[in-house]
Amino acid sequence: MFYREAGQFKTSYAADQALLPIRQDRIGLGLILLVAFVAVPLLASDFFIGSIMIPFLVFTLAAVGLNILTGYAGQLSLGTGAFMGVGAYACYKLTTYFPDINILFMVLLSGIFSAAVGVVFGLPSLRIKGLYLAITTLAAQFFLEWCFIRIGWLYNYNDSGAIEVPQRKLFDIAITGASASPTVRYLVIVSLVALMTLVAANVLRGRIGRSWMMIRDMDIAAELMGVRPLYAKLSAFAFSSYYCGVAGALMVFFWIGSAEAEAFDINHSLLVLFMVIIGGMGSLLGCFMGAAFIWILPIAIRAVPQMLGLDVIAATTEHVSNIIIGVLIIFFLIVEPHGLARLWQIGKEKLRTWPFPYSSN
Amino acid sequence: MPTGKQVSVDQYSGSTADQDRSSMDLTASKPVSETSRQYTTELLSIENVSLSFGGVQAVTDISFNIMEGEVRAIIGPNGAGKTSLLNIINGFYHPQEGVINFRGKQRRRMKPYQAAASGIARTFQNVALFKGMSTLDNIMSGRSLKMHRGFLWQVIHLGPARNEEIQHRRRVEEIIDFLEIAHIRKQPVGRLPYGLQKRVELGRAMAMEPELLLLDEPMAGMNLEEKEDMSRFIIDLNSEFGTTIALIEHDMGVVMDLADRVVVLDYGKKIADGTPTEVQASQEVIDAYLGVAH
Repeated sequence: MFYREAGQFKTSYAADQALLPIRQDRIGLGLILLVAFVAVPLLASDFFIGSIMIPFLVFTLAAVGLNILTGYAGQLSLGTGAFMGVGAYACYKLTTYFPDINILFMVLLSGIFSAAVGVVFGLPSLRIKGLYLAITTLAAQFFLEWCFIRIGWLYNYNDSGAIEVPQRKLFDIAITGASASPTVRYLVIVSLVALMTLVAANVLRGRIGRSWMMIRDMDIAAELMGVRPLYAKLSAFAFSSYYCGVAGALMVFFWIGSAEAEAFDINHSLLVLFMVIIGGMGSLLGCFMGAAFIWILPIAIRAVPQMLGLDVIAATTEHVSNIIIGVLIIFFLIVEPHGLARLWQIGKEKLRTWPFPYSSN
Repeated sequence: MPTGKQVSVDQYSGSTADQDRSSMDLTASKPVSETSRQYTTELLSIENVSLSFGGVQAVTDISFNIMEGEVRAIIGPNGAGKTSLLNIINGFYHPQEGVINFRGKQRRRMKPYQAAASGIARTFQNVALFKGMSTLDNIMSGRSLKMHRGFLWQVIHLGPARNEEIQHRRRVEEIIDFLEIAHIRKQPVGRLPYGLQKRVELGRAMAMEPELLLLDEPMAGMNLEEKEDMSRFIIDLNSEFGTTIALIEHDMGVVMDLADRVVVLDYGKKIADGTPTEVQASQEVIDAYLGVAH
């Protein structure tokens, strides 16, 4: 009733295969982009942009990366944090070697290093599946973390052992480093995330994305349709790690400003994995929902007592918010194990058939 | 009277019709005489093939051939080695002994994706669809080998990549029309009833435009009406497009009606080979199915 495609006839396959075939979806996306690119930079406070929106977008990108691998290609990975670290350290090394080259180019280039590392650690996927594969990616996690600590060359033998982001400019405006304003950093990140999400959507609906889903759903049949498991799995690892690598570089250069190896530890990997599971495996929309759920919701809950004028100790709000988040995760996984994206989809179907309980197709 | 050669030149099968494919119409019918079909070209031949797993002899010294354009049935009691034989043709299993010739050439040891590229498609006994994907995507996945646009085109998904996608969509829609599954085009196949899933699986194999189509129990678990539908699709596929079909099936009525020739296996050995009437009359076949008095 409220959301239906009545009257929107498709007369060509091109129109039928569009990313958003339904007009209401296109309007909705347009509004979201308008808010993201215009309203937020103009109206939001520095705290909102710097501590909520930027981390949310960084995690979204990492979740897109992991979702491509786990949700679309069916290869479970616990090494997301380490792959993000590879991107961050690669970007740091690149920009200190070539300080004059545009940092955005370096961010995109550093993903390539992460992709290469991802392919190497993806090799076991040709032989083992599921949880066992997850264990081997865990090896990647610990090995790479060890590299970040022990190989001084990676952080230019800094005394602190951390990588510190130098100032870099785009069109004479500082976009990284201490003097870059949150709004500028936000605009860089939101542009990159929007662009890379579009690229992911394009790849996923084409031949390559289909070959990943074939491998995920039935590898034997996929091989019989001519998909080479070697190519399909390793390309999924490469593509996914590229996204994680770029997310890692963005995280250090545009969000936290400096990072030690601990920033990319196993907790970080698990956090991204939870985002993918809560948001919905095999859904790009789910990556945004999952990242928002895990990152924004706790902050929102913690802000509630303040807004109500209650005098509660910070530690108490922290604990209460942890409890609430935990309960919500359990609740959502029981209501819909396939994540928030599926819940949203079911909601849309209900809106479509309302006021009837079911539709004829 | 059409010979096997002529049938194979039909648009649907064979590499000869590559240029015509875009303009091809799946519903165009070419009359093929049902009564006395003769086949002259050998598409696949298996010579003295043996396969064992450890001490279990799955297939023992089997030889038979499949002619271009025919419907060849492989039957036998449970555990006779029928599916193993299909797996050998597919490249899943590699026989310890024997020679396989495909299109007149001796085939080297190959992987399943290489067998697929050489023109062999297959459906499975237990439906092996891509459950998370829609009917449309499942059938589109059969076109994988025919799509070539590289990664960078896929990234922008404009121009050539989109045209390729649309061009193959057109072919897939023809298959959807042929199989009468237009109403479930956008539905995830996991939600479909079993009979329709089998049909989608046939569509997926058809989308590969194979020279040899292997069907592993296409009618298992179906009711009479579904079996009749499926039989009609198989007959049409064979007679209109000249696709060579090798079929495993337990429903003897179906086998005897559809097959041009039947090969019978029992305990991994070939016990009979010939037209349905010849096979039915064979004492060994009757013994294998009904048992022998001791």
